[in-house]
Amino acid sequence: MQKSPRIFFVLIILLTLLAIYVDLPKISVFGKNISHPNLTDTFLKRDLEPKLGLDLAGGVQLVMSADMESIPEQDRQSALDSAKNVIENRINSLGVTEPVIQSSLTNGQYRLIVEIPGISDIDQAVSLVKKTAHLEFRQLKNDLPPEASVSASPEHFEKTSLTGKDLKRAQAVPSKEPQNPGYVVSLDFTGDGAKKFEEITKNNLQKPLAMFLDDEPISWPPPIVQAVISDGEAQISGNFTSKEARNLSIQLNAGALPAPLKIESQTRVGPSIGQQSIEKSIIASTIGLVSVAIFMIVYYRLLGIFAVIALSVYTVLVFSVFKLVPITLTLAGIAGFVLSVGMAVDANILIFERIKEERKWGKPKIEAFFSGFDRAWTSIRDSNVSSLITTAILFNFGTGAIRGFALTLAIGIIISMFTAITVSRNLLRLFWIGKT
Amino acid sequence: MNIIKYRNLFFAFSLLIIIPGLIALRVWGLKLGIDFTGGTIWELKFTQQETINPQEVQDVINQNMGEAHQVVLTEKNSALIRMKTVEEDKIEDLKTKISEKFGQTETVRQETVGPTISKELTQKSMLAVGVAILGIVLYITWAFRSIPKPTSSMAFGFCTVFALVHDVIVVVGVFAILGHFFSIEVDSLFITALLTVIGFSVHDTIVVFDRIRENLKKSDLPFEDIVNTSLLQTMSRSLNTSLTAILVLLALFLFGGETVKYFVLALLIGIISGTYSSIFNASPLLITWNNIKGRLARRKSG
Repeated sequence: MQKSPRIFFVLIILLTLLAIYVDLPKISVFGKNISHPNLTDTFLKRDLEPKLGLDLAGGVQLVMSADMESIPEQDRQSALDSAKNVIENRINSLGVTEPVIQSSLTNGQYRLIVEIPGISDIDQAVSLVKKTAHLEFRQLKNDLPPEASVSASPEHFEKTSLTGKDLKRAQAVPSKEPQNPGYVVSLDFTGDGAKKFEEITKNNLQKPLAMFLDDEPISWPPPIVQAVISDGEAQISGNFTSKEARNLSIQLNAGALPAPLKIESQTRVGPSIGQQSIEKSIIASTIGLVSVAIFMIVYYRLLGIFAVIALSVYTVLVFSVFKLVPITLTLAGIAGFVLSVGMAVDANILIFERIKEERKWGKPKIEAFFSGFDRAWTSIRDSNVSSLITTAILFNFGTGAIRGFALTLAIGIIISMFTAITVSRNLLRLFWIGKT
Repeated sequence: MNIIKYRNLFFAFSLLIIIPGLIALRVWGLKLGIDFTGGTIWELKFTQQETINPQEVQDVINQNMGEAHQVVLTEKNSALIRMKTVEEDKIEDLKTKISEKFGQTETVRQETVGPTISKELTQKSMLAVGVAILGIVLYITWAFRSIPKPTSSMAFGFCTVFALVHDVIVVVGVFAILGHFFSIEVDSLFITALLTVIGFSVHDTIVVFDRIRENLKKSDLPFEDIVNTSLLQTMSRSLNTSLTAILVLLALFLFGGETVKYFVLALLIGIISGTYSSIFNASPLLITWNNIKGRLARRKSG
């Protein structure tokens, strides 16, 4: 592994520099970006913006359960998966942020856990996600009581074959009719849909054609069919505000949910708390890490300096891994990261104490060095494995912030094993042993 | 310094710490957050008021729906409202009514946990803690399977459990007391802290056990002496590691974000307790366990 320590040392330096480059925030010099490359177009497909979780960016987390009553057992999982896709599409269409959606099956309950960080209009997002959005076109029934011809009411209508599935596109546009102020949703049918629509309008001339969303009439009273429409275009008007129209068009475009969703639990975090938290975390983490560095140098002196260098390499590497994966940062995640640094130094302490002991027993530097690293390895391995066991359990047990913590801690532990052993060993070998 | 010789003293000290916590747990219980009880909790900032009378807010809510369990001020113009689980739309409704009376409000945070979820969380938590302890004990028993006489890998596993459970009880006990006197709640992050403490508590223990194993192979001294020497040899290392972890956690607790303050506190208490139990409980317990086994064996054969 360390046949040529000098080359390895150079490799470490290169790796560190690369990591630092990945870690840097946006810096521009004379208007040109010199850091923070946007790698979305490369094979990496990454934008190196740190992803912030709910408690740092604000936003909302919803735990929703799907009502699978009307869906046969074997189709339920795929229904859940398609519900997940529908919701993902809806939120992505808002253009603000990418949602994080987990699906789960617990005790027979099919659930979706949706996290929408960084969104300021939480109400809009929640109403966007909640609605099943099943659109139906219904025509007047044939066998109607006489008073129905005067003023129809919703139960007088029956389903046609035209539904939201036949839509090619829905779009929110400002209303062009002065008597219907606000926004409307203009509908564009697919080829088949247009044919169905033509048929329906032909059969219902001078009769009302109603639209129902989730079994509730919208655009009431229904418009009367004035002519046969063969261009496959229609309009839903209902005095919508711009947001309502936009939500509806997004829902129609993404498709209806295959099963209705009910919100079981909800967590909202306002954005201002998040901003404060970020600042405080950065300050606290820096104070913590600097204190550790000071302690190491004071107590272990020269060896301590090597440890601090290894630690710095570690911190920089870990943070770049967070950015590259990418891992969503939460407050708990930051705590996990900082804790892992505090523990990362543990491996170094183990090794150094061992080396000190061997030196006390009179062994020369080089023997103490090899012995220190060898003997300490089993302790380091065993104690870290137990921590990794708990992070695995935590990852399984939790959602959102807890998962973030488990992930950052686990990555921190694994990388710390690498840096403590490889980097420290290399540094000591090159710079400490020589000074006999 | 002979730790083993005075081990009963240290056991007594541990009991001294644990017992008040256990009593608090029995008498007051933990203050459970809505993660476990279900319910709705929201914090509103009244941007147009200097200060708010929580009673008035509670009245508005009660007039419009039913029950606000509690309204407290978090800042002069911010109120924290606790209620039974309330539907989305109802909350919007209440917000409007409150804004009508008090002016514009900003939702600082809002959480609703339905009853199904909270029940599941309680079950999952207990399961997770149980599995963690079991997993670690099994791992230790396996990792130290080749430990020579007079002790056994089962002894190691068993003593580790004791130390672990000790640490969990200490943290839970402290939070029972804090819950009663300072209304500090316990949520899913608390369970996270417990699980992390379980993982780390064993860190120190393993280092000592590792040294005991090494010394057992090398020397013929009586078991008690070997354990004591191992303890002394690894002491500075154990203390230093915990010190670094404590330094960073202390910084986070004092200067870090509000929402994870008590999470960090739980970690802090757990790690301090973990260090203590590894040095003064786990290893001395090995001796006690050995002695008891010895006495039982002699009684059987004698």
